[in-house]
Amino acid sequence: MSILIDQSTKVLVQGITGRDGSFHTRQMLDYGTQVVGGVTPGKGGQVAHGVPVFNTVQEAVEATGANATVIYVPAKFASAAILEAAEAEIPLIVAITEGIPVLDMMKAYHMVRAKGLRLIGPNCPGLISPGKAKIGIMPGSIHRPGPVGVISRSGTLTYEIVHALTGLGIGQSTCVGIGGDPIVGSQFMDLLPLFEADPETQAMVVVGEIGGDEEERTAAFIKEHIRKPVFAFIVGHTAPEGKRMGHAGAIVSGNSGTAASKLQAFSLAGVPVANTIDELAEITRQGLSLLS
Amino acid sequence: MKIHEYQAKALFREAGIPVPEGKVATSPEEARSIAEAFGTVVAVKAQVHTGGRGKAGGVKIAKTPDEAARHAGNILGMEIKGSTVRKVLVERGSDIAREAYLAITMDRSSKAILLIASAAGGIDIEEVAAKTPEKILKLTTTTGTFSEAELAPVAQALFDDPGAAAQIVEITGKLLGLYLKADASLAEINPLVLTGSGNVVALDGKVTVDDNALFRQPALEALRDFDEEVPQEIEAREKGLSFVQLDGDIGCMVNGAGLAMATMDMIQIYGGKPANFLDVGGSSNPEKVVAAFKIILSNPSIKAVLINIFGGITRCDDIARGILESFQRISIAVPVVVRLTGTNADEGLALLKGSSLIPASTFAEAVVKVIEASGGVVREEMKS
Repeated sequence: MSILIDQSTKVLVQGITGRDGSFHTRQMLDYGTQVVGGVTPGKGGQVAHGVPVFNTVQEAVEATGANATVIYVPAKFASAAILEAAEAEIPLIVAITEGIPVLDMMKAYHMVRAKGLRLIGPNCPGLISPGKAKIGIMPGSIHRPGPVGVISRSGTLTYEIVHALTGLGIGQSTCVGIGGDPIVGSQFMDLLPLFEADPETQAMVVVGEIGGDEEERTAAFIKEHIRKPVFAFIVGHTAPEGKRMGHAGAIVSGNSGTAASKLQAFSLAGVPVANTIDELAEITRQGLSLLS
Repeated sequence: MKIHEYQAKALFREAGIPVPEGKVATSPEEARSIAEAFGTVVAVKAQVHTGGRGKAGGVKIAKTPDEAARHAGNILGMEIKGSTVRKVLVERGSDIAREAYLAITMDRSSKAILLIASAAGGIDIEEVAAKTPEKILKLTTTTGTFSEAELAPVAQALFDDPGAAAQIVEITGKLLGLYLKADASLAEINPLVLTGSGNVVALDGKVTVDDNALFRQPALEALRDFDEEVPQEIEAREKGLSFVQLDGDIGCMVNGAGLAMATMDMIQIYGGKPANFLDVGGSSNPEKVVAAFKIILSNPSIKAVLINIFGGITRCDDIARGILESFQRISIAVPVVVRLTGTNADEGLALLKGSSLIPASTFAEAVVKVIEASGGVVREEMKS
């Protein structure tokens, strides 16, 4: 088992003929993902990487039966792409695009929610169920199938953590990069219950960063609702106040959003927080060995 | 992107939000003549992007033009939290009866536009929120409008005055309009004042614009004050890099914001001090590596550089080419530790063989090596 995606997921690529969309369509196909079609307005009728290209998401869904879509279109057009996918009622929408204005995302978020659909991202690496399918831009080779669910606000940091887990022989059920923007479609609290209900997942790793109060609220949520062990890692201890650390959402303002506050919240909720990536992999290994 | 108070107030004025009459001065003489023209008490206010101007002595009241000139002379050139004051706003003084707080921002938890209002204005709102949260009133909208029925009680609560409340309802609507039109992430009036004659006026103004929306806000982008930014940060933005200056001595070049923060944290945990945050981004363009080196090395405090790359989309061999090119094109006098993992790491490491770079195979090893190369001491408990 895994969450959200597996080998049966039929994936559409919005922006399939663009540089990034094209490159990652190839990568996803090579990993075994069922990419069933692409969308680029004006290029309907063409074929890319052996899959048909459509002018609209609606046409693509009708022709292919796609039940997931991944968006690689530029920031200016990305929220419109999310809305188009939502109009076509695609249950899982993954937005990789970075730099979408927050007001656009607010509208897109509420539209997706109102329709009962799920959005992952934007500004995220996507998600992968190792050995089954990947939707996004992460390198597939570092992952191994296994018992740990990973949820993270970062991209390359997640690869680093997965690499460390795999290095200790710990595989992953599903890894989800939720994105580094102030408004993202799915948060830790939306995904943890899915891992909690997934029989294959035995423990979860949560990777947070400075900015906002999501980690603090997640800590309280875990204490209340999650029984499987959760291990956490927080980055941004050295970040100064008022400076955006790359991600639009990663900014400390005043006393809010600091790494120290997030660390404390997790600790109070009984969630062990690692100081380093190696330590995170190690405490996860120890946690799993206690279960068996 | 932050803008100055005088720029925010120009936006307020355009939106129909009442603000005191004022003009910008860059010299005491100019401040004097503005005060003379007003012919009344004026406020002389430092224009910098940092908060705490008042406490730093950057806001003064002048009863005469001479006094205005004297205050301007003192305030211009003043350092406030690292920013040098280059302009002052000289404003017609207001007869303040009451002060309140009004702001619009994005609430990340409810994913909604949030109106924050409080009768306790003029002071640190975070402190009010922490100590007396009941004094903070909040309304949210996801559609971009507040109904009069929602606004009325909030407006009444600020000054407990029906005449003022009607004005506040109108100001709030205009502030929300401005927030949406400007793609703001914050539009704040602190204090919003009730004058002795019953008028509600925005005595101060702060507007921050969503960086991601600047592509469609050219008029606001033009308000950017380069003097308020670290030169390296400006250069980094132009080169498509994300850079923040810190006060340590170990330069960092990393791909990805999360990993870049983790690298800074690791350096500190191991006993070193990171000199910067630098995300080279997802592309593998060797030019970006050269630009990143230039920016990092322009800081005279740098004693060593750590390059930490986890190749995904980024190809390690491209980064290696960029590193080699940097060594040819610029003088790099400090030790450079390189750790390449992921896509094409072996190819990248092969390219770097025989160079003066210090290779490291793991994140932890790289951090230890860069601290030692910088002349620092690795914390005893981390040596295992």
